[in-house]
Amino acid sequence: MSLQIMTTGLFTTVQDGGRLGFLHQGVLESGAMDRESLKSANCIVGNDENEGALEMTMTGPRIKVEADTLIAVTGGGMVPVINGETYSLGAPLFIPANSELAFKPTNRGCRAYLAVAGGIDVPLVMNSKSTYVRAGIGGFKGRALQKGDRLYIGEKNEEAEKRLAMITSKGGGQPFSERWGANARLLGDGDRKIRAFPGTHYETFTTESQDRFFQSEFTISTQSDRMGYRLHMIPPLEWMESVNLLSEAVAFGTVQVPHDGQPIVLMADRQTTGGYPRIAQVAAVDLGRLAQLRPNETVRFEKITFAKAEELYLQQAQAMHERKIGISLKWQK
Amino acid sequence: MLYPLSENAIHITLGHNIDPEIHQRVKKIMERVEEEPFHGYVECVPSYTGVTVFYDPINIYHTMEEKKGSPSESVMRYLKKVVDSLDAIPQSKESGNVVTIPVCYDEDFGPDLSHVAVENGLTKDEVIQIHTSGEYLVYMIGFAPGFPFLGGMEDDIATPRKREPRTKIPAGSVGIAGSQTGIYPIETPGGWQLIGQTPVRMFDSHREEPSLLKAGDHVRFKAITYEEFNAYKEGDL
Repeated sequence: MSLQIMTTGLFTTVQDGGRLGFLHQGVLESGAMDRESLKSANCIVGNDENEGALEMTMTGPRIKVEADTLIAVTGGGMVPVINGETYSLGAPLFIPANSELAFKPTNRGCRAYLAVAGGIDVPLVMNSKSTYVRAGIGGFKGRALQKGDRLYIGEKNEEAEKRLAMITSKGGGQPFSERWGANARLLGDGDRKIRAFPGTHYETFTTESQDRFFQSEFTISTQSDRMGYRLHMIPPLEWMESVNLLSEAVAFGTVQVPHDGQPIVLMADRQTTGGYPRIAQVAAVDLGRLAQLRPNETVRFEKITFAKAEELYLQQAQAMHERKIGISLKWQK
Repeated sequence: MLYPLSENAIHITLGHNIDPEIHQRVKKIMERVEEEPFHGYVECVPSYTGVTVFYDPINIYHTMEEKKGSPSESVMRYLKKVVDSLDAIPQSKESGNVVTIPVCYDEDFGPDLSHVAVENGLTKDEVIQIHTSGEYLVYMIGFAPGFPFLGGMEDDIATPRKREPRTKIPAGSVGIAGSQTGIYPIETPGGWQLIGQTPVRMFDSHREEPSLLKAGDHVRFKAITYEEFNAYKEGDL
């Protein structure tokens, strides 16, 4: 019952809902960059919504699937290909034993999530399956996947077991896709604007820079990664007076501006503390959408209040809850 | 001063300087919150000048009566009470552990020791003597797993960072940056002046408490020889 990695793709790691509760020890949160997509993929196959899945960046791996398996692929940047045939994102897929699962790149989105009914069986390190590559912690041997790696599928809960049995009988030994799917964003996309609220040190920037931050178009630098999205703008942002800060905790989506005046949005693998002025905080509901933007794409920020961001966050959680129920109903048909 | 950092964190600012008095207040807040954690509490992350309290907003929302207000408002109310009662709380109960860290100051491990000596008009032995005679307070852990931000180094051995950071610094390296000293728990890039290395594992994800140090601990450095360093490493295996 395993997944054998034939080729790795650009950068593939095991990620879950994040390593929570160890920031005070300097341990990064890690976890999926696009949590909404991770949760959707897990809900489709019947796993716990924060179960470990493969996060695949830009180009996906080629995987030999050794046993009958139920999977879902969500997010963006690629679509699944089973034994040479292309399938849609977000649909429950049956893969018969000894098939080949590959991925075809698409031109929208940056990361896809492969959830397998039963989850990926890697040990919990500090309560999480997420890979923290620099410290060699968690995931599969603390690193990105390599050719020849063999990942085992975890023990399925009752729901995942039931769904696998259902789709196996429909497949009858052949790859099979349900006609429904759940890859859509919960709170509207279609717009490039990422919502954000003013950060701790917003007032220390010149009013001109404050306005420019929420009006200009930024280019996402090619040096962006899971640690941070580096944004490029000309001319750089400026302060009214230079501020010398001592390090303190930062969060997923904190926008720091180092001395060069080019902002960095801190992402899943951010350091636990930071000492640069914080101009803004990206609304949590839009972090997944930001994580799907690729280097050289552009982004604009729309100014909202913290209260609005919090309200949207609660709405998104409610929408995810409803999606979960909707998926269960689909399976009962 | 309290304000939301993000949808799942409230930051409490208590000052602007590195000051043991502020650190005492940070510790008192953390002790208070951890003794009686509110529903949905995740963790406290201390810093030099305050503490950030992380929580799960969804969890709080589900337990809020009649869904009045928001999760952040309810956490703010709770924390405001804690901050207001600080002066009534006696000195922090825990005085913190004193942890002695053995360091080999051999040239192989401390390639910048001579530079630090020359820069401050001292001999290498004097630098080691000053570095090992201090007691350092751990204000916070951050930057990397188990990396302590220490206060209390003598200005006599303060040295600016390297102009060109190294791309690789071995785990256990002990360094100086300005008037700060610290220990790199894992191999990372960095610009600190390296004066020695400890054989002690500062961070081990398989320990119950992965980080050897925590905020509030005190650190002393003890000079060891090359042979002692190797013996320690072998015994550690």
